[in-house]
Amino acid sequence: MKNKILSFLSILILIFVFTTFYKGLEKSNIYEPQNSLKKIPEFSMMTFFESKEIYSKDIFRDNDFYLINIWASWCVPCRDEHQFLVSLSKNNRLEIIGINYKDNYKNAERFLIELGNPYSKILVDKDGTKAIEWGAIGVPETFLVYENKILKKIIGPLNSELAEEIERIVNEKI
Amino acid sequence: MIYSTLGYYSLIFGLVISLPLFFFSTKNFKNQYPLDFKIIIFSFIQLILVIISFLGLILSFVYSDFSNETVFNNSHTTKPLFYKITGTWGNHEGSLLLWLLVLTLFIFIFLIKSEGLLKKYRILTLLFQQIIIIGFFVFLIKSSNPFNYLIPAPKEGLGLNPILQDPALAIHPPILYLGYVGSSIIFSSVLAATTLNYISNTWATHIKKWVLLSWVFLTLGILLGSIWAYYELGWGGFWFWDPVENVSLMPWLALTTLLHCILVLEKRYQLKSWVIILSISTFALSMCGTFLVRSGILNSIHTFANDPERGLYILTFLFILILISLLIFFIFHKEDKHKFNSFFLFSKETAIVINNWFMMYFLAVVLIGTVYPIFLEVISSENISVGPPFYNKLIIPFLIPFLIFMAIGPQLRWIKTRLEKKLNLILLFVISLLVSFFIIRNLDINFLINTVLIGSALYLFFITIRDFILKKNINISQNIAHFGFSLFILSILFNNFFSSEVITNLKVGEKFNNDRYEIFFKDLKKFEKKNYVSFVGKFSIKENNKESNMEPELRIYNQPNIITSEADIKTSFLSDKFITINTVNNKEYFNVRYQVKPFMIWIWLSVLLISLGGVISLFKKYYEK
Amino acid sequence: MKKFSLFIIILLSLNINSSQADEIELQNKITKNLRCLICQGQSVFDSDSDFANSLKIVVRNKIDEGFTENEINDFLIQKYGEWILYDPKFNKNTYLLWLLPLLIFLLGGAIIFKKLIKINK
Repeated sequence: MKNKILSFLSILILIFVFTTFYKGLEKSNIYEPQNSLKKIPEFSMMTFFESKEIYSKDIFRDNDFYLINIWASWCVPCRDEHQFLVSLSKNNRLEIIGINYKDNYKNAERFLIELGNPYSKILVDKDGTKAIEWGAIGVPETFLVYENKILKKIIGPLNSELAEEIERIVNEKI
Repeated sequence: MIYSTLGYYSLIFGLVISLPLFFFSTKNFKNQYPLDFKIIIFSFIQLILVIISFLGLILSFVYSDFSNETVFNNSHTTKPLFYKITGTWGNHEGSLLLWLLVLTLFIFIFLIKSEGLLKKYRILTLLFQQIIIIGFFVFLIKSSNPFNYLIPAPKEGLGLNPILQDPALAIHPPILYLGYVGSSIIFSSVLAATTLNYISNTWATHIKKWVLLSWVFLTLGILLGSIWAYYELGWGGFWFWDPVENVSLMPWLALTTLLHCILVLEKRYQLKSWVIILSISTFALSMCGTFLVRSGILNSIHTFANDPERGLYILTFLFILILISLLIFFIFHKEDKHKFNSFFLFSKETAIVINNWFMMYFLAVVLIGTVYPIFLEVISSENISVGPPFYNKLIIPFLIPFLIFMAIGPQLRWIKTRLEKKLNLILLFVISLLVSFFIIRNLDINFLINTVLIGSALYLFFITIRDFILKKNINISQNIAHFGFSLFILSILFNNFFSSEVITNLKVGEKFNNDRYEIFFKDLKKFEKKNYVSFVGKFSIKENNKESNMEPELRIYNQPNIITSEADIKTSFLSDKFITINTVNNKEYFNVRYQVKPFMIWIWLSVLLISLGGVISLFKKYYEK
Repeated sequence: MKKFSLFIIILLSLNINSSQADEIELQNKITKNLRCLICQGQSVFDSDSDFANSLKIVVRNKIDEGFTENEINDFLIQKYGEWILYDPKFNKNTYLLWLLPLLIFLLGGAIIFKKLIKINK
């Protein structure tokens, strides 16, 4: 009797472990930080060109879409995604704000002259601490913001599908 | 091209050989004759075919045959010959072929070495092992074929990850696999013995050799992995409680437990069911390790294959094996009424049971810590990390009684004893605590627990030394292993307490000063090597007016394009000096990390001592007392 | 009274001297417990990646602002989820993680104890 219960139990555990591992296999093992950060953080940062201090509450207005893009001139994928930012900047419902990450002014300026400047504002993050306020783990990283909420978070470079998706989300709300 | 073809077809033929093996085995199993020589011949042919297949892959690597997909993905013409060869098993397909090679090798050795044992037992073990072998054959041929063609053949390969281009890591997988696969023999053998109701003292004596063999290899394999991590990953740690490491530690813990309780079976004919369960779980844990590492279900340093289909195959295979073994256990195993129920409180048996109890607890901690995040993610899609603090909190307090039992246990005799020289033992314990007290007193750490912890480790240390003197050669292997373990714990603890570290950013010509060290970045030299460019920093470090020169290195590999930081380590008997440099983004500065780590070498030596105990025991004719 | 206040002043000045070192120690303690999210199995303390270096600065700043270890951890959990902590918190998600090994230990002990008593009878 005791043996039967034991064998039944162990087979039950076995099945449970199997299904869990099986389910675990289906999930991707690439970690993406959870969207625990729904609201945008409050911060004050220096602007890139004027070197003026600016507060987050002065940047974001309700009823407008913002695309926050963390970039650096030394980051190769940023170069690749830049064309999508430039084309997205033509949408006048969307304001693109750059956060220049651990960069030096000259290189960043050259980067913008070479590839175009899609940003309506550029903020400077000299030591990478502001990116952490946003919950970012590296460059490039992009956030779609609407009414002080983060609608979408993209880790890594934009591509044409992602750019289209952003375009669609913005246009739907009109 | 020719080598790949050769390798592929010998793999297929190797699988086909399983047919006559099955045929003759079942025929021989039923009849009255002694073991059919054909069985041994065929199992030898299978081994040879797998060896040819493996050689085929090695030669494809040596000649950089990029028409072979595995070679293309993992090699490069500019790679040194040594790493071309070791690259053979540095990838998913090759490592599985290595598994298969060891599987066939071990069953062949088993057949030769088990002469004189029950014929049916030998055949049944072979059959169970064949099930595992066939599983690996099919897996290799179907979903991880190392001999896939690429047409047209690329001119150049993708290269091997530079951090894997290292002598210690090159031999780490084969040694580790010898341990893992050794446990497969234990698994097949225990299933066969259970089915035939053959679990006995004789069986225990015979299987103990295999347990010891796998245990020694597993210990050395883990040691090599740790040494590699220490000097290659560049921050001076040697054990990170990373899932991939845990996965090799778990079978080790199970095997160590088995090693102890098989003695009870051998001497006292007890704990039969427990031995069976442990043997099964040792192999299940080894396979589980392969599954977790290869399937990419874990996010870790060296998960190679991220193909869910492969993971699914190993998973299904593993669970079929466990299911079979559970069925065999529940159907065939009968707990016989003990003829001599003498299990006394103060006896070696009890001490070993207590050892098993603690080992199982440590195993449970590691197992739960490793798989819990996977379960949680599946069930509630929450991500958590389980890191060193978790393991430290749950393991360290339990080490204290464990160490004390480890010291006292060997003082007991089989069946029944009064503890001899009680006073002596207690006196030694008090001395250990006092010594520990004086060591800890001046340190800024948690006083009570560390005093007791070091005290108990010292206790084991003193007792084993005393036994070397008093008992001379009696139980020498066990005494060496236990002595090694006490040394191991002590070195780790002292290493933790007395390490010091300087982290700073410097550029060439700059100096860093604090009250203990002066670090001077003298120069930076550039060298062009065969498959990388190297930047060597020249540092001079002053401590207590003693100056030493150190040269950490940064390597920029060409294929694939990866920067690695090579630590410069100066090892001495008392402490290691460890220095690494890293680039700081867009600046001429380098991040310099200088560490002084006491007793580092003793950690490695103590593990060697532990395995030396196993080796001596392996070559000993019989177990004393 | 005068002696007492002198004593306090000495104590305070000692504190100021050691507070610098304490802060660094606290920073190390916190960063050793943080996973470097872009590395493989390394803590923030051990890593020299951009992310880890920035995170070290953030932790440093928070300590200067007077945050405690727990508050800093909570702040980072809010940004990155519990994945970032190497030392899992004891909450409804992790009851089993922390307690199951201990339960197994107790269960094992109970079984052994039972057997020993049974045999010795």
